[in-house]
This record gives sequence, C-alpha cells and structure tokens, in this order.
Amino acid sequence: MSVGATPDRFQAADAGGHHDREDNYLLASSGIGSWLFTLDHKRIGVMYLVGIMASFFLGGIFALVLRAELFTGQKLFLSEDAYNQMFTLHGAVMTFLFIIPSIPAALGNFVLPMMLGQKDVAFPRMNLASFYLWVIGAIFFLAAIIFGGLDTGWTFYTPYSVTTNTRVILALLGVFVLGFSSIFTGLNFVVTINTMRPHGMTWFKMPLFLWATYATAIIQLLATPVLGITGLLLIAERALRIGIFDPEIGGDPVLFQHFFWFYSHPAVYIMILPAMGIISELVAVFSRKHIFGYRFIAYSSIAIALLGFLVWGHHMFVSGQSQLAAVVFSGLTFSVSIPSAIKVFNWTSTMYKGSISLATPMCYALAFIFLFTIGGLTGLFLGALATDVQLHDTYFVVAHFHYVMMGGTLVAFVGGLYYWWPKMFGVMYNENAGRFFSLIVFLGFNLTFFPQFIMGSRGMPRRYARYVDEFQIYHQLSTMGAFLLGIGMVGAIAVLIYSLYRGKKAPANPWGANTLEWMCSSPPPLHNFETPPPVGDPYDYSNLRYDEREGGYVVDPGSGKKTYSH
Amino acid sequence: MNLLSNLPLLADAGSMFFTPSNSTFAGEVDGLFDFIYWLSVFFFVLIIGVMVYFVLAYYRRPGHEPQHSSSHNNLLEITWSVIPSFLVVVIFVMGFTSYMNIRTPPDDAYEINVVARKWAWLFKYPNGAESENLHIPVGRPVRFILQSEDVIHNMFVPAFRTKMDCVPGRYNEIWVEATNVTGTGINPEDHDPLWLFCAEYCGRDHSNMKAQVYVYETGDFDAWAVKAANLYEGRTMAEVGEILYKRKGCVSCHSVDGSRKAGPSFKAGFGVAHKMADGSEVEMDENYISESIRNPRAKVVAGYEPVMPVFSSSQLSDQDITAIAEYIKSLK
Ligand code: HEM
Ligand SMILES: [Cu+2]
Repeated sequence: MSVGATPDRFQAADAGGHHDREDNYLLASSGIGSWLFTLDHKRIGVMYLVGIMASFFLGGIFALVLRAELFTGQKLFLSEDAYNQMFTLHGAVMTFLFIIPSIPAALGNFVLPMMLGQKDVAFPRMNLASFYLWVIGAIFFLAAIIFGGLDTGWTFYTPYSVTTNTRVILALLGVFVLGFSSIFTGLNFVVTINTMRPHGMTWFKMPLFLWATYATAIIQLLATPVLGITGLLLIAERALRIGIFDPEIGGDPVLFQHFFWFYSHPAVYIMILPAMGIISELVAVFSRKHIFGYRFIAYSSIAIALLGFLVWGHHMFVSGQSQLAAVVFSGLTFSVSIPSAIKVFNWTSTMYKGSISLATPMCYALAFIFLFTIGGLTGLFLGALATDVQLHDTYFVVAHFHYVMMGGTLVAFVGGLYYWWPKMFGVMYNENAGRFFSLIVFLGFNLTFFPQFIMGSRGMPRRYARYVDEFQIYHQLSTMGAFLLGIGMVGAIAVLIYSLYRGKKAPANPWGANTLEWMCSSPPPLHNFETPPPVGDPYDYSNLRYDEREGGYVVDPGSGKKTYSH
Repeated sequence: MNLLSNLPLLADAGSMFFTPSNSTFAGEVDGLFDFIYWLSVFFFVLIIGVMVYFVLAYYRRPGHEPQHSSSHNNLLEITWSVIPSFLVVVIFVMGFTSYMNIRTPPDDAYEINVVARKWAWLFKYPNGAESENLHIPVGRPVRFILQSEDVIHNMFVPAFRTKMDCVPGRYNEIWVEATNVTGTGINPEDHDPLWLFCAEYCGRDHSNMKAQVYVYETGDFDAWAVKAANLYEGRTMAEVGEILYKRKGCVSCHSVDGSRKAGPSFKAGFGVAHKMADGSEVEMDENYISESIRNPRAKVVAGYEPVMPVFSSSQLSDQDITAIAEYIKSLK
C-alpha cells in the first residue's frame, strides 16, 4: 500500500466548506520525513498497517509454500530442514510480527484516540518509539532468516533450541524488542483510556472496542515482560551455558515451557480480545440495534484477561507435569470458555429485530461468529484431559488455533479494516467486490482447516514434512483450500487498494455508527476534533438518519435527542 | 492413493474422526470425544441457526426499520452462563476420570524401556531383547518408561489413544493394554502393524521418526522376545552388525552410501588409509574401529567435528564391535 502516492482527489478536498491542508491528516504535511517522524497517532497507525500487512504477506507466502509441499506426503521441493525452517518462520512471523500488533497497533492506534474524542494518545513519542521497536524487531527476524534461518518452531522449546545451529539468538533478540514494542502500545493505551476519557464518558459508556483494547493492554503489560526474560535466559543458556533449561548442564526443559506459556497463553488473548472488540462494534452498527448485554460483554473481556493468566499449563498435559497440575489447569481452562460463550450469545441477540445490512464489514463479522464458534468449541476437546492426550500436538490443535487466530482475529481485522477504511483514507470501496472476496475467504478458510480437525483426531502429528499415505486426502483438500484462501485474501486487499485510486469520496459517517471517530470528516483532520464532540450512548442509533446526498448518515435534526447535536 | 479413491473415507461419518482403536481406555476417550462433539454440534447449530434466521428475517430492505427490543436481560444472561458452566463441569469431570485411567498403570504391568533419540526409537525388553519397532502382547498391561538421549520427543500411538513426552534428564511413563492382535504368529510379515509417531518436534527428521507396533498373542510374544534376545542366533556377524548399526544410532551420523553426514561414511572405508585431523594417516581396521567406538576423540578424521559419543562395553560388547567391523567390511 503506497501511502506516499496520494490520489489527487485528496488534494481537491471539497465537501463541507472551509478545507485547507489541516483538514486531512494525510496531506497536513508532505515528504517522507513528515511520515517517519510524525507523532500523529493516525499516521503511526497507517505505518503500522503497512508494516503488518507486509509481514502478513510474507507469512502467507511461507504458508502457501508449506501447503504446496504437503500435497503428496513425499518430497516435492523442500528438504526436511527447509520445511522445518519454513513452518518456524511462518509461525513466528504471523504471531510476533502480524497478529499481536495487528488490531491494537494498526487499527487501535488509528481509532482509539478518536473514539475518546481526543487529538492523540497520551504519549505520542512513545507511540512512535513503539513503531520503531517493531521495525527493529522485524529487522532482527529478517536477519535471522538471511543468516541461517530458524528451525525451532515459534515455541523455541528447549533443549532443541539450545542445540540447533540455526539463528536462535537473533530471533530471540527480535522477540525481545518486539515485546517492548507491544508493552509500549499497551502502556500508552492504558494511560490514554484511564486519563483521557472525555467528560461524560464513564467506564460503562465506553465503546466495547475500548474495553477490549483496555483488557488487551493489561495483558500486554503483565505478560510480555515474562517473555522478554525467558528469551534472555534462553540466550544466556545458548551463549553462556548457565544451566537453566538444558538438562545436559543441569537445567530443566519443562521449566522453559512453563515460562513460555505463561506469556504465550495470555498472548492468545492479546490476539483475540481486540478482535472481539471489533465484532461488538460491527454487529451493533450493521444491525442498527443497541448492543445486547453491554455490561456482560465488557466484564467478559476483563474476565478473559484475568482468567487467561491461570491456564498456561494446558499446553503441557503430556509433558510429564504432575497429574494434579494437569487436573487443576484443565479445570481452570474451562472457566475461560464461559466468558467467550457469553460474548457470542450477546452478539447474536443484538441482531434480533434489527435492520441487518450485509455490507462487507458485516459479512466478516458473521464469518467471525461462525468460525470463532467452531474455534471455541474445539477448545473444549483440548481442555478435557482424556481427549487432549490424543489430540495434543496433532493437526487438531493446528486447526483449533487457526480457527480462533485466523478465522477469529484475522477475519475480524479485515472486517475492521473494511469498516474503518473510509475513515482512514476517505474513500469508499466497491461493496460487491468486497463481499465477494469475503465469501471466498470464508470458503477457502473452511476448506483449508476443517479437514485438519479430521486428520488430527485420526492421528496426524503437526510439524511433519512427510506423512503416511492415509492422511493424503485431508492434506490435499487443505492445500486446495489454502490456495483458494490466498486468492480471497489477495482479492480482499486489492479491493481496498483499488479504492484508494478509484473509490468514491467517503462521507463522514457511512455506516451510521455512533462512536466518536465518525464525528469528524473522512479522512480526519490533523487534530481530529476542533471542539470535543459531545458524548452519548455509543450504541444508540435513533438520532441518525441516512442522507441520500451525503451517501452516509447524518444527525436527524428532528430526532429531539441531545446526543451529537451541534 | 489419489483423491477420488479416498473420498469414501469422508463419507463414512460415523468413523470420520476416529481410526480403529486398540486399547482398553480408547472406548472412554472416543466416547468423551463423541459427547463433546454432539454437544458442540448442538450449540453450533443453535447459534448459527439463530444467526442465519435473524439475517433472513431482519435484513435491511426498503420499508424495513429496526424494531425496538430490550438491550439487556439478566435472566437470559444468567441462563446462558449457567447452563454452559454446568456442561463444562460435566466435560471436565469426564475428561479427568478417564485421564486418571490413562495415566495410572496397573501394578503388575510388563515393562518396556523406551529410548528416544534423533531420529529413531529403541525399545528394551526385560529379557534383554531390543528392537527398533515396538512389539507387545495383547490383553496384558504394558508400562513404558520413557527417556530421551537428546531433545524432547513424544511417543504417540494413535490407535492406543495415548501419548507422552520423552524428556531428557527425566523419566516419564505411560501404559497401555492392547485389545487386538495386529496379525497371527510371530512373523512380523504376517501383521498389519499400527503406527507410532514422534509427536514433539525434534529437528530435521522429526517426520521420519516413526515406528511400527506389533501386537501378538501372549505365547507368540514370548517366543518373539526370546528370539529377539538372541541376536546372534541364526545370523551372520555382518547381519548382526547391520542391526546394531541401525539400533545403536550409528546410522544417524554415518551413511553407507558414501553421502556425508556428521561423521564419515562407512562405504568402502575398510582397509583404506584415512587422513586424521592431526595430519597423520590411519588405516581403518578392527583396532581402529574398536578405538573409535570406545574412545572416539583419540583419532578424529580430518574435516569432522569430534562429536561422536563414547560407547562403553555395557552398551556395545566386544562381540558387538566385531559384528560391526564385519558389517563395515562387507560394505564394498
Ligand atoms: C474457548 C476458548 C479456548 C479454549 C478452551 C482453548 C483451549 C486450548 C487448549 C487446551 C490448547 C492446548 C492444546 C494442546 O496443545 O494440546 C489450546 C491450544 C492453542 N490455542 Fe486455544 N483455546 C481457546 C481459545 C483460543 C483462542 C481465542 C486462541 C487465539 C486467538 C487460541 C489459540 C491457541 C493456540 C495458538 C494454541 C496452540 C499453541 C501451540 O501449541 O502452538 N485458543 N487451546
Ligand atoms: Cu492456551
């Protein structure tokens, strides 16, 4: 996405009278330096967007290479070593460079201050620093790839990671730096939400996306340091042989797993909570109904964030941890599933008696509910001890986490991107094309990952470059699905990029949402709001009506409501 | 196998998620899977059914307006929190009780030591027999004591419905009582063995680290074990050498086809002079082979790291070394 090459329509900003360059953050200043040194949360969000999409593209290429290699079960074009590096890089790039920063850092950066009616986040410099830490982390990853690759899996299990001669230290330094990037974003969001809520926006008048990012930020702050320390310890183990994880020198490899999952289980909620926040916004706006069970959705985000810290041991049921530990972790695991279920029930109820628009973002929201429900329900098979023993480290787990991370987080991210795109760049995309590719993504996704549940429960282990014949049919279906999914994703992004050049000018409020970011023009002016926008119930749509001429929603003067009236 | 000939597998819904099982606790595991599965299907159809119905009933069309309805209902919230909570407790208890069975071997179990290493399995039986594939009796509890010589591996037999990590530096255990034989008689050729996979990522040949599991009638198993313990009976020295070469892990560093691995290839090496790291030349004979096994750092071939482990006489007897030398000799 070339942001520098601004379509000329932006120059001719017309609608609404007194427009100068200040009225469009994209044009407020020009030149590459004005982007690289910007403190504007919106530009930082856009730069993050470009960065994570590039990472997603890279991770996606790796994925397609893996799936192609798996078509027959025999060697096609990757040696075992090459395959192992490929799946490691796919996982590491997707997790650390893409999914974790995706929604909070790209979309969250853009909309969070605006949802609060503010000009920026609490610490704009820290925000820019977080972006550059991300870039440095990404460079470490690239360096690891170029100077010898990495073959430990994204989980870095010891003692394998201590003994392999691939570039573990470079990659761990990358993870360490990326961790700080994530911490900076989290800290910024916590402070911003705590101190900068506008007059009248009490905690329970916040949009649910803010609740979700707040819960996420708490996890980022509390869990990420543990990952950082674990990475440093592993570096020390490799470089100095301190004897903490390697049994050959008196260490304990299972200790590493405890440390790793103490971060990485909460991290899966860093990935999904912001996605849930997006879905809460989309379902309400596109149903034109007040969100159902606001408080329950809000509390469930916090519950997930806190309970998520207590279940890491469920990744280690067959590692030899004590049976008592396994039982306790299994019990706690089930407690996390309830708040997730509550959210799904509330989203569905929100649609009741609504006026449901099947605009592209809503198509993604519906796909999310479908796919996340499968992802969540299959978590039950894994949380139950007896079945997890069979399913652990098989393709069933692979399918489970792709249903939640890709079917959940990625689909919500794309839905959110389509939702906020008009605000971010001031253009409308082609709805039909958007919807069409959302369908391709949905079909391709299921074809890719559903067969993996079946082969997994039938015993196909994960991280296998070769496999025995009886699993071939499932792998072939999965590979075909992956290419369909790839086409869908490329199409979905192409529709957006095309709109930058050919899209109609976006109105201020194309969807009729009532959160504050829609109160300024599209794209927003440099400082978002001249005067703080009035705060009302974010899910009350009764004062908005569709205006044919605007092509979007405007406040209905006759509605008699005091919210949002200028 | 091609795509079409495999499709009937998919159509067979009843056994879509399971392969045939072969252990006493498999029924419980599959039963729990089924229970969660049908519960999930029920909730999935309910949620998606309602969602699709709402989309169809309330999609935006000219003249259609959202109708007012309450945006909260505590009774509903409590209902859909409490019912799933109750159900997950049921799942938890079922999972936990079966798990205790899976993890608790009976006292009188037959014991097999399992040694995992990159990238092969070694099974050691009480009578001294050793094998690369797993052989067990039917209808008798077998306890596996798992260990690893290098990184973490995992012993996974899908048909048994159990798996456990092999962690270096500690012993883990699992057990199984197989319910069906895999064939008749003691000849492995007459069996249709089960798969044993390594399920914990362990490096290059992780996906090739598999073995086969043979389940015999008790009498046949005993006969197999006796035969397996007497490696030298009915075999030439070179044949025994080849078995040891594979079983003791020489194969992972020394090829027999001339290709280069962590150590020099054995191909056409015997009786030939090799250049050492210190510049000297040594001819490969029985003495050199023996020294290389007992004291590998004494002479290291030029161009290789001194990484070969020491094998003591309890791991390889002098007779074993003779057999290995015979085997190397036979590789022309
Ligand atoms: C309903 C809630 C969920 C439950 C009950 C659940 C349960 C589990 C369990 C028990 C495992 C371990 C399986 C094993 O290794 O044997 C697991 C693995 C995993 N789950 Fe979930 N999960 C849930 C939701 C999620 C969500 C929301 C995400 C991410 C967005 C997620 C991501 C993952 C990942 C990444 C793994 C595998 C990690 C690895 O081994 O590489 N899960 N899940
Ligand atoms: Cu987890």
